[in-house]
Amino acid sequence: MATADTSAAAREHALRILGQMLRIRQFEDRCAQLYTEQKIRGFLHLYNGEEAVAVGVMQALEPQDSVVATYREHGHALARGVPMNALMAEMYGRRTGSSGGRGGSMHVFDVARRFYGGNAIVGGGLPIAVGLALAEKLEKRHGVATCFFGEGAVAEGEFHETLNLAALWRLPVLFVCENNLYAMGTALARSESVTDIRAKAASYGMPAAALDGMDVLAVESAARQSVEAIRGGAGPQFLECRTYRLRAHSMFDAQLYRDKAEVEEWRKRGPLITFTTRCKSQGLITEEDFLRLEREANAEVDAAVAFADGSEWEPLADLERFVYAEPRA
Amino acid sequence: MSATEDAPQRMTYREALREGLREALHDDPRVFLMGEDVGRYGGCYAVTKSLLTEFGEERIRDTPLSESAFVGAGIGAALGGVRPIVEIMTVNFSLLALDQILNNAATLCHMSAGQCPVPLVIRMSTGAGRQLAAQHSHSFEGWYAHIPGLRIVAPATIDDARGMLRAALRCPDPVLIFEHIGLLNMEGELTGAAAQADIDRAAVRRPGRDITVLSYGASVYKCLEAAAQLATEGIELEVVDLRTLRPLDDALIMQSVRRTHRALIVDEGWRSGGISGELAMRIMEQAFFELDAPVARVCTAEVPIPYPKHLEDAALPSVAKIVAAARTMVSRES
Repeated sequence: MATADTSAAAREHALRILGQMLRIRQFEDRCAQLYTEQKIRGFLHLYNGEEAVAVGVMQALEPQDSVVATYREHGHALARGVPMNALMAEMYGRRTGSSGGRGGSMHVFDVARRFYGGNAIVGGGLPIAVGLALAEKLEKRHGVATCFFGEGAVAEGEFHETLNLAALWRLPVLFVCENNLYAMGTALARSESVTDIRAKAASYGMPAAALDGMDVLAVESAARQSVEAIRGGAGPQFLECRTYRLRAHSMFDAQLYRDKAEVEEWRKRGPLITFTTRCKSQGLITEEDFLRLEREANAEVDAAVAFADGSEWEPLADLERFVYAEPRA
Repeated sequence: MSATEDAPQRMTYREALREGLREALHDDPRVFLMGEDVGRYGGCYAVTKSLLTEFGEERIRDTPLSESAFVGAGIGAALGGVRPIVEIMTVNFSLLALDQILNNAATLCHMSAGQCPVPLVIRMSTGAGRQLAAQHSHSFEGWYAHIPGLRIVAPATIDDARGMLRAALRCPDPVLIFEHIGLLNMEGELTGAAAQADIDRAAVRRPGRDITVLSYGASVYKCLEAAAQLATEGIELEVVDLRTLRPLDDALIMQSVRRTHRALIVDEGWRSGGISGELAMRIMEQAFFELDAPVARVCTAEVPIPYPKHLEDAALPSVAKIVAAARTMVSRES
């Protein structure tokens, strides 16, 4: 974005992006609180610090595009347009949840928005994204399959198998690696002989770029270029977004594997704080704008909590429904 | 397709599989086939020979040796609205794709509350008998039948080899078709029944009064041979071809057991923790008081399948073992 651009459109764009990142942050902060209240159970993986990746990439996608994400996917779901009420109800395991309450935090599905999970097997979503892309190609449609995964997935065979297949068949896939430096508690250098992920992707013959995943505009810009290239028939593209998870891996993580100082250093580069500061200094948004967005996000979260609290459980009689497909009404 | 509607035609099991694929590719432009060596090579077992020429590279897709990626791609493609048929070269290789089969194909529909059914067909060759040793000869179909969300079928006849694919493609769920390598060269007559082949029911291949023999795939023919031998001694086996291992056709199985009052299970899978135990338990649950003898089974010896012919033969269910087991069952009560 040109630094001088303070047009109404630029302001609207900044407000939209900031609003989306704030929604995710507030939603997840509340989830952490609800977890301690035992309203949310199981595993809870927060995206805090990585919001710029999902929000930046989603700006480039259209309704026809599909998304496959990981078990740390609340941000992707919200940025993709999954209603917050349905997402919160899913966190609670209620019937009104986006997956009918059956998946929980790690398995958000919303086919109306072409959001195909929420995959909790590291690397498991990559082949699915390639299949979605293959369907686009075979049916001569123009959708792009977008696949988010962490740098931990790079160690899985499925990563290499899938990149090869996507490049070999020139499929319309955007691979987005969220490199937050730790696969749960294992630092990248402790698990990879070659830590340059971009280079690994490039070795399969696809355009690959590494970028600052804390900079939402950089992510958006790279994603737009990639999606445009894919729609133009250039085949798969790869983005390594260098980011950082500011909170624990899950609610059970004591974070013994990293220094507090390191976390604090990255916190200064947090996507919300840097983007807000930048927009203010450019005169795009005011402190009042920020506070209003924060209030709006808070109100939306309040409403989502009320919705989830008021939602019913799936009746026990439905336990075995949908093991197999049911005829559509 | 004319093949099933005209007069009976002689063909091999392999040709019947191929005709099934050709029909599927003809009838639905969304159907495509992918797998290792399905195209230029013509299929490891020559099932897909000539399909590449007929249908082109977009629909007959040779894949890299990446079972997990191409099975997962099949799942994604099914979610994306096309109808993939994935061929896995042999059952042991399917274990490389087990993550995708179990964690995704079998779970997505339930976990998404019905939003993501996976209409995927996976075909693979299975079974022993060709001296291919311990990494190409196993029978894991009973194992796969353990998994809710999958449908497991095992065509044993020419008609089923020809017709089950059509039923599988009509099914909105993931269907795994296990094609026994020992049947590929078997010749037989294709009848009109192929067009009506379902993937829900068992079939009685030989009616008999004394013992219900439950089997599937290539073992069915060993059972039929045993039945022919025993008939000369006045012992009548009723040979049931299970056809589908998930769901099991409890109704037909119990109906037969209630008539014969004895059940013998013949399974090329291993004995412990296999489908034979499941079948026996269902009989306990549903027909225990009908039984005149304990349920018996002939399974594969609990060893990795060995290479030398004499050891491989000794490991597998045989006509002699089936005959011996059946004799024991009828002699027990006299």
